[in-house]
Amino acid sequence: MADAKNIIEVRGLKNAFGDQVVHEKLDLDVRRGEILGVVGGSGTGKSVLMRSIIGLQSPVEGDVTVFGEPTIGREETEAVEIRKRWGVLFQGGALFSTLTVAENVQVPLREFYPHLDLALLDEIASYKVIMTGLPGEAGPKYPAELSGGMKKRAGLARALALDPELLFLDEPTAGLDPIGAAAFDELTKSLQRTLGLTVFLITHDLDTLYAICDRVAVLADKRVIAVGTIDELLALDHPWIQEYFRGPRGRAAVATQEAQQAHERSGAD
Amino acid sequence: MGALADFSEHGGTLRFTGDLSLARIGDLPARLDAHGGSVSRIDLSAIDRIDTIGAWVIHRFAKKHDAAIEGLRSEQQHLLEQVEAADQAVPTRPTHVSPFNRVLGEVGEATVTAGRTMLGLLGFLGATMIAFVNVIRHPRRFRFNATIQRFEVVGVSALGIVGLMSFLIGIVIAQQGAVQLRQFGAEVFTINLIGRITLRELGVLMTAIMVAGRSGSAFAAQLGTMKLTEEVDAMRTIGVSPMEALVLPRTIAAILMMPLLGFYSSLIAIIGGGLLCWWQLEIPPVTYVARLREVVPITDLYVGLIKAPVFGAIIAVAGCFQGMQVEGDAEQVGTRTTAAVVQAIFLVIVLDAFFAVFFERIGWI
Repeated sequence: MADAKNIIEVRGLKNAFGDQVVHEKLDLDVRRGEILGVVGGSGTGKSVLMRSIIGLQSPVEGDVTVFGEPTIGREETEAVEIRKRWGVLFQGGALFSTLTVAENVQVPLREFYPHLDLALLDEIASYKVIMTGLPGEAGPKYPAELSGGMKKRAGLARALALDPELLFLDEPTAGLDPIGAAAFDELTKSLQRTLGLTVFLITHDLDTLYAICDRVAVLADKRVIAVGTIDELLALDHPWIQEYFRGPRGRAAVATQEAQQAHERSGAD
Repeated sequence: MGALADFSEHGGTLRFTGDLSLARIGDLPARLDAHGGSVSRIDLSAIDRIDTIGAWVIHRFAKKHDAAIEGLRSEQQHLLEQVEAADQAVPTRPTHVSPFNRVLGEVGEATVTAGRTMLGLLGFLGATMIAFVNVIRHPRRFRFNATIQRFEVVGVSALGIVGLMSFLIGIVIAQQGAVQLRQFGAEVFTINLIGRITLRELGVLMTAIMVAGRSGSAFAAQLGTMKLTEEVDAMRTIGVSPMEALVLPRTIAAILMMPLLGFYSSLIAIIGGGLLCWWQLEIPPVTYVARLREVVPITDLYVGLIKAPVFGAIIAVAGCFQGMQVEGDAEQVGTRTTAAVVQAIFLVIVLDAFFAVFFERIGWI
């Protein structure tokens, strides 16, 4: 492996749509085993950054390497070895609408490991579906029959189908109720711990940032202006960061977090 | 990447080695399935790596043989526990129904759907009429601009394609007619054929098919998308009736544009036929027109003009009705649009048959 410590390296990335420049001279490293939260105002190109990293968006300039291999300009059928090692959860789940949930989970397995036994495939789909917190009845359902939250979980089950080392999550808790969102956070954290995942997490959800992210990268002014733990970011004197974390919602998230920690401490005693 | 997953047996104990992960598991599951003897202990202390698929294969084997699993490091143990906790059979496909029952069920469902659709269409026609009456009673609620805009989309923009189609149809009818009638030395009757069939039938019918394909489908797709994006619901909450704001302008536009387009289509078809007569049968345009005036009764024009607005109404109502039925996902917009066109053309042809009988009975032959 080229660099064992950094799983993703982005250097000098520039993205533009027509005259509108979204990213310029953007650098970012994602370390092995961490959950990196990516935040930024609407329109700062969080999703565009993710699409550039996974090779769906061709940047104007810059290099992106994932697991030490470049991803820019690679065809769908190229770079298969990296594609086996990552999983992507798109905002709406992006489930294949003509397949059931269980079949959706099986798609990557069938694609990369065509010799797997059918019974084993069904069993793998079963435990993946259950592991992501879906009820067993969801397996034979089609995406149109699922609620938004269930679609996201099914999408996560598909993203996790190959036991990837790297997981991309695009706003996984957006549109979920607070209980569902907290459960999703819990799930991400637990999967990260059990599978040793590295997670690239785009979110607007301050609770998610506080609860599960090891580091947070802030997108503003067309680049990553800061990366660090939330405490490190709070020490910075950038107006957007201050407003983001010190605003009423930020304070509420801190209060929740502190209450939770106090509760856990008292529970441990 | 580690070594391929493997195992060896030492008197009731299976000792696994290598990388128990999806990429390196190889034929291990099949070999474990084939393993016959009894196993009481599974030793995993020598493995390099394990992922959920490896853990699942081990768990499945341990369950079958009721064997104890030993030697995992704590985080690997945690992984195994997570996988064990998720052990629940999940069906992959909806429950299978026997082909006979399925065919029976589908026929029944299609019948019920067809009945419901016809009823719904009738109801929608009624709702459109009510909206029309409401707008007459409160003329200020009439969407004048929207209606005029639809005139352009349904009528003016269609002139090119309808004209070209009609011109070609006129030529084809004249050519086919001339070939057949020449056998009886009755080429001159080609003019009767062209004049009467285009004004009575083909002009309006072909235009209706073209409008159904162009505008009926567009109505269904537009309203369907608006339903999906909740625009229609937003309208309702603001107190705007979608029937008045969306359906009525489209319906009025189709009703008013169809006779105009139909007449235009007949005219162009007659011109196309006339050109072929001139060229192939050497009938000069003056004679052609004079002959047309002799053999084509004015009632033929009335027949076409009476049918056209009815066809227009059917096309618009079918399109809007199907559009408003869209619910759920984007795929429905596609199926509903197709349904709108098929339904509109089908109903137009059925009604055309009724009209044919009706006009024959009242003596407009």
